[in-house]
Amino acid sequence: MTDTTLVAEHPLLERFPEGVTPDERKGYEGFIVAADRLVEFATALRDEFGYDYLSSVTGVDYLPDGKMEVVYHAYKSTGGGALVFKVQVPRENPVVPSLVSVYPGADFQEREAWDLLGIRFEGHPNLKRILMWEGFAGHPLRKDWKEAYFEEEKKPFGSRWPGGAVHRAEDENPFGKNVVYPPDFDPEKWTPVGDEALYAGLREFKKDDDLKTEQVVVNLGPQHPSTHGVFRMVVTLDGETVVRLEPVMGYLHRNHEKIGERNTYLMNIPFTDRLDYLSSMSNNWGYVQAVEKLLGDKIQVPERAEYLRVIMAEFTRIVNHIFAIGTLLNDLGAYFTPMLYALEERELILDIFEAVSGSRMMCNYFRFGGVARDLPPGVYEKMRDLVFERLPRKIDELDRYLTENEVVRARCEGVGVLTPEEAIAFSAAGPVLRASGVPYDVRRADPYGIYDRFEFDVAVRYHGDVYDRYLIRLDEIRQSIRILQQALDQLPEGDVIFGSPKYSMRVPAGEAYGRVEGPKGELGFYVVSDGSANPWRYHVRAPSFINLTALSRMCEGDKVADAIIILGSIDIVLGETDR
Amino acid sequence: MPDELNAKGYDIPPEMQNTVAITTLDKLYNWGRRYSAWPMMFGLACCAIEMIATAASRFDLARFGMEIMRPSPRQADVMLVSGTVTKKMVPQIVRLYNQMPEPKYVVAMGACASGGGPFKEGYNVVSGIDKFLPVDVYIPGCPPTPQALLYGLMKLQEMMDKQSIKSVRWYQKGDLPEIPVPILGPDLIDPRDYPDFEFKLRQAYAEKTEEEAS
Ligand code: SF4
Repeated sequence: MTDTTLVAEHPLLERFPEGVTPDERKGYEGFIVAADRLVEFATALRDEFGYDYLSSVTGVDYLPDGKMEVVYHAYKSTGGGALVFKVQVPRENPVVPSLVSVYPGADFQEREAWDLLGIRFEGHPNLKRILMWEGFAGHPLRKDWKEAYFEEEKKPFGSRWPGGAVHRAEDENPFGKNVVYPPDFDPEKWTPVGDEALYAGLREFKKDDDLKTEQVVVNLGPQHPSTHGVFRMVVTLDGETVVRLEPVMGYLHRNHEKIGERNTYLMNIPFTDRLDYLSSMSNNWGYVQAVEKLLGDKIQVPERAEYLRVIMAEFTRIVNHIFAIGTLLNDLGAYFTPMLYALEERELILDIFEAVSGSRMMCNYFRFGGVARDLPPGVYEKMRDLVFERLPRKIDELDRYLTENEVVRARCEGVGVLTPEEAIAFSAAGPVLRASGVPYDVRRADPYGIYDRFEFDVAVRYHGDVYDRYLIRLDEIRQSIRILQQALDQLPEGDVIFGSPKYSMRVPAGEAYGRVEGPKGELGFYVVSDGSANPWRYHVRAPSFINLTALSRMCEGDKVADAIIILGSIDIVLGETDR
Repeated sequence: MPDELNAKGYDIPPEMQNTVAITTLDKLYNWGRRYSAWPMMFGLACCAIEMIATAASRFDLARFGMEIMRPSPRQADVMLVSGTVTKKMVPQIVRLYNQMPEPKYVVAMGACASGGGPFKEGYNVVSGIDKFLPVDVYIPGCPPTPQALLYGLMKLQEMMDKQSIKSVRWYQKGDLPEIPVPILGPDLIDPRDYPDFEFKLRQAYAEKTEEEAS
């Protein structure tokens, strides 16, 4: 819910009579801010108007208008709708002042916009590529940048099955694979931009005490058993203490957004499954919600579908949190046994997902205006059994085994502390934010779907350490079970999708930001439509990615062994971090 | 002694069947290897989660002697490439493969590892790990179910059964060649492309200008 109607008489316009204008394009909302007033505007927004939480920063390439636009979504950490503001700069030389000094959470997101769109953020402390490697040619999300396997601007491609023959992109490429080089490129003369620059930056830190100790730079990952995938951390150590930590990512950058902008709207749903591959159902929801916002009242979700959405999303949360607890214990050294307990419950829930959607992990279950299928026979009973009988018992069991365990407590308490102020400033989301004492949950703060009908508590813990981040996941599982119990009791009969399922549809021009409280935090989808069958811009605000902004703050001063569990307690999934 | 160890054509008296086997060296060698093929603990993307599920209680990889996943390539026999291979990651994967001691096998798990999968057209995605490494078993699926993964691994075991000490590559004379590690340039560079790089580059741009002209 955004205050679109209020934009024209918003007090912000009075505060900034110059340099701030309402965005009057049809289907758009918020304000357009002049680049030179941006920092001042953002500071006022944060300090005077209470919009202290910068959720998403991204760029849009408006090629036909010759403009680049940076879009910011700010919220109040006390709840409520978004305040959207934008900066427009010419496409040839896109320079925008950095907001890292006002909202540190913009750090990685600005780097991403630089990497993928080539928008330079002046004053950014560390403006390097983040998902691609240094030295890569071009900024791939620009509309005129074409990948090696480029065929056509938009899907479905006309070249598919020409005359029934199979067409393979690599047969067309002279190198026989997915590569393209600048015309004057000579590989023999190329010196790769290696990691030296990265390491050198980290070594700069000098200690000025009498003990002549040397700092060591240690590289963890991308192939490391405890990084939950292909994540990499480069840490500077003083003895065993972390002085500085630099996350390096992009090893699973699968070009989600570029592919998403070629896809039709419907084609993107299965791709969202593969973002946070542990919780495909809630990813679906975020995307579907954004597109439904664009569709406006052209579409209404039937009652039964609303309930099914809640049920699936809450089951997903349980799956995710239970998995996160298992892996955290793995990181703590309790190798695989807690994981086996966790996976046992996960399998039972996956059975339900498989029954309703046909796939264990990649459910592809949500549709615009409902869900894909109704429950097959027998599943409702299974769910009831799980939710009312087995899961509460099993969660208590997990609680009993782990929570008071001496090793768990000794390793986790007081480690990786993030204060509430920092958590908000770094745009942390989900369990990380709530474990730091900020009771912010999108389901309550800005309700979507039918969450306003259920009774549940927003779990919150106050120490902001690894232990609280573990506890809050247990709390949230319990709350999810509560919601599930109510939803299953109230589940009405009826249709599960609005109208008949359509393959392709017209989405009115405009922009929309749909966000849900995913298991890892606020998952947002920013979609810009130009009125055609494919999105013009498709951006994912990935909680795993943005939560990492605070990682180095959490690790500084702790031991290197703790860095592992701090990372584990943030609970990232690389598919979503790198997209 | 398991029956599968016995070579055909020998009668072992019933009272000794539990203690004596008459077999060939190949059979013994392969029998030992097939039940101790340790996978490398190495997950790339979504498929890795199904790999973990396969290792866990319901599907239990241990039944095949593969429960010990080793994070170090030096101790691993099978590289399960479980997920999307990106250009940024592939130098590391090739390096890991080079670090694995022989005998070593590669299993491409899932659509991505086999051929790029749903993300094939992406600018940072390698169209299948077989562009760089020799793959022994391909497992289709996105992700393959744990059952499919198990089936793939059983196929790998069958493949091991058919190998002979005489002809396996790691007992041949001379050093085994390493796979050249790709380089991150303006795009991914495969050193094996060097000889005709210029030619191909020219070809690419000739085609492009042709296309634009038409
Ligand atoms: S094959 Fe499918 S499930 Fe496996 S890594 Fe690729 S996208 Fe993920």
